Amino acid sequence: MPATHVPQPDLPPPIISVGVIGWMRRNLFSSLPNTALTLFALYLLWLLLPPAIQWAFIDADWSGTGREDCTGGGACWVFVQVRFYQFMYGFYPEAESWRVNLAFGLLIVLTIPLFIRAFRWKGWLSAFLLLGYPVIAYYLFLGGSFGLELVETDQWGGLLLTLVLAGVGIVAALPIGVVLALGRRSQMPIVKALSIAFIEFWRGVPLITVLFMSSVMLPLFLPEGVNFDKLLRALIGIIMFQSAYMAEVVRGGLQAIPKGQYEAAAALGLGYWRTMALVVLPQALKLVIPGIVNTFIALFKDTTLVLIIGLFDLLAIIQLALADPKWLGFSVEGYVFTAAVFWIFCFSMSRYSQALERRLHTGHAR
Amino acid sequence: MAADPREDDLPSKPPVWNDPRIRALVFQIVIVVAVSAFGYYLFDNTLTNLQKRGITTGFGFLDSQASFGIIQTLVEYSETSTYGRTFIVGLLNTLLVSGLGIALATLLGFVIGIARLSSNWLIAKLAAAYVELFRNIPLLLQIFFWYFAVLRALPSPRQSYDLGGAVFLNLRGLYLPRPLFEPGFGYVFAALVAAIAGSMFIARWARRRQEATGQQFHTIYTSIGLILGLPLLAFLATGAPLAWELPELRGFNFQGGIPVIPELSALLVALSIYTAAFIAEIVRAGILAVSQGQTEAAHALGLRPGLTLRLVIIPQAMRVIIPPLTSQYLNLTKNSSLATAIGYPDLVSVFAGTTLNQTGQAVEVIAMTMGVYLTISLVISLLMNWYNKRKTLVER
Repeated sequence: MPATHVPQPDLPPPIISVGVIGWMRRNLFSSLPNTALTLFALYLLWLLLPPAIQWAFIDADWSGTGREDCTGGGACWVFVQVRFYQFMYGFYPEAESWRVNLAFGLLIVLTIPLFIRAFRWKGWLSAFLLLGYPVIAYYLFLGGSFGLELVETDQWGGLLLTLVLAGVGIVAALPIGVVLALGRRSQMPIVKALSIAFIEFWRGVPLITVLFMSSVMLPLFLPEGVNFDKLLRALIGIIMFQSAYMAEVVRGGLQAIPKGQYEAAAALGLGYWRTMALVVLPQALKLVIPGIVNTFIALFKDTTLVLIIGLFDLLAIIQLALADPKWLGFSVEGYVFTAAVFWIFCFSMSRYSQALERRLHTGHAR
Repeated sequence: MAADPREDDLPSKPPVWNDPRIRALVFQIVIVVAVSAFGYYLFDNTLTNLQKRGITTGFGFLDSQASFGIIQTLVEYSETSTYGRTFIVGLLNTLLVSGLGIALATLLGFVIGIARLSSNWLIAKLAAAYVELFRNIPLLLQIFFWYFAVLRALPSPRQSYDLGGAVFLNLRGLYLPRPLFEPGFGYVFAALVAAIAGSMFIARWARRRQEATGQQFHTIYTSIGLILGLPLLAFLATGAPLAWELPELRGFNFQGGIPVIPELSALLVALSIYTAAFIAEIVRAGILAVSQGQTEAAHALGLRPGLTLRLVIIPQAMRVIIPPLTSQYLNLTKNSSLATAIGYPDLVSVFAGTTLNQTGQAVEVIAMTMGVYLTISLVISLLMNWYNKRKTLVER
């Protein structure tokens, strides 16, 4: 009787197809063209990265008081360090900067619970953040009442101004955008036509011309004696512009709500406003969160344009510092620092929106 | 006929103040009145303010002398030209930078977008890093970076970078050789037109033949041969009637050739790199939107990878790509207005900037500038919508 088959233990896979070597063979050197591409990419990295790291970190000077402290031959971060206060606060008096810190600290403390899942009063807190907080921040920044020293808006600048412009822009543009989007989908022909005209006009022109318009034409529109300050004029322009974009984002969400939802609301006897507020908008806004965050990121980057009408946001303050005869020739450092600040803000916003999208995805997964 | 007894049970018409149709009517009347009143209020204020400041309204200022110089003009322009002429110069400069920017950004965007989907891990990651880096930095900052940090650091004309003795790059700009067309060149051009017409004819014929008999014809090779060969033949037959005017260092600067001012280069580089990051994402999303089953089905039918890509994947991906691509083209055109920050003489810079400052005709100048951008937006949308309509999926 022949011997029965005795199973041997499985041999391990060949060393060449597992681990680092296997991964590299699959992902980097799978074919001749792929190998060429890999080598090309490596060459590109070798060309870019070592000099950049050398310049930004190894040869860089980090602390000092003037340009004579920059002896390393690399980046001179002393420039950023010396000017740091101005980059953050503009011309805000240093003695009063605690007010700005307090306002932003308050914002952070108030925002944290929104990220905690177990927190139950998110709705109320968000409402306070959108309606109550701006009033508090306004009085803190401007002062002039409650015993605080008055700090005119032309002294606001740097990152503070960038955040104020972006924050006010988005908070005001969202409700206007929602109303415009509803108007655009309205059955009333005049309301619809007006909404379309408004949206298409503001979307069809560049933000620069809007800012030009708000800075040179707005004073002409106002009656004698009424004068808005420069910041407010810029804000009005930004809000008009942004709400048109927001309206289109919201419209996308409204279009995605099935007709059955409207019919169900009608069957329950809900009127137009209740249908919208209780049934349609909550679903529509949730659908377009990525779009809203995108608009916000775009607005955040676009706030830099206010330098053209003479407001000193972060980029404008850097430009000003670069023109200082004491610091000529440090433009790369200045731009790299600004780029890093903007990049951190924009990138974290986009990542947060992606996380939110995943979290709010309430089923219906196929 | 006797009344239906049930008629009494039907709900009566709602009271007037609860009738949705009447409510809608009243609401719209209120809105029209409010908007007109607001419009009239602004109009009235503006008129009063203009009168008080002694500014005359109207477009008469377009005929008066501008008396300021412009560093780059595509049409004839001097300081004695009119403000109307500055408008044309600015408009052409805007169109120039937008057109070049759209071409460059599309090219770069498609390359990066496809690279992000590469099976090569390193290439895919590099492309992703490109997108994340350039998308999240304000465009204006990028323009400043290229203009003030990179182009300002270039050497002076005497030490300029020399690419093959024909292209020079220095602090003052980029100098390209200028083609000089001699008399016989018209024939070469005519040959090119004829070749294009001929290859279109061949393509139609080949398509009909394939539909009728199933036989394929190498249209691509024939067309390439025709379009390259025929003008080349004409070129040689007429005795090579083309010369190049090379830029030459004379005194302190280069003369001759096609000078590209640094403002244009910086704007173009920044606009293309920035927009390409967005286009790359659109291209990636478009290709990912075509389901893997389509590739498998094409392979099952025996199509080779190249044909699968060209006949199955790309046509379907384009449907997803075109609408957002249109928005990016519009964005690029509008963003070209940032030119004003570095002094490239585009429409906003020379017209809404200098002209407005000199004449004080804020209302007219801003209205004209906005009108131009609105028109450009509408034209691009119309063209792309027309193209989009041709490409959309025809469903039942």
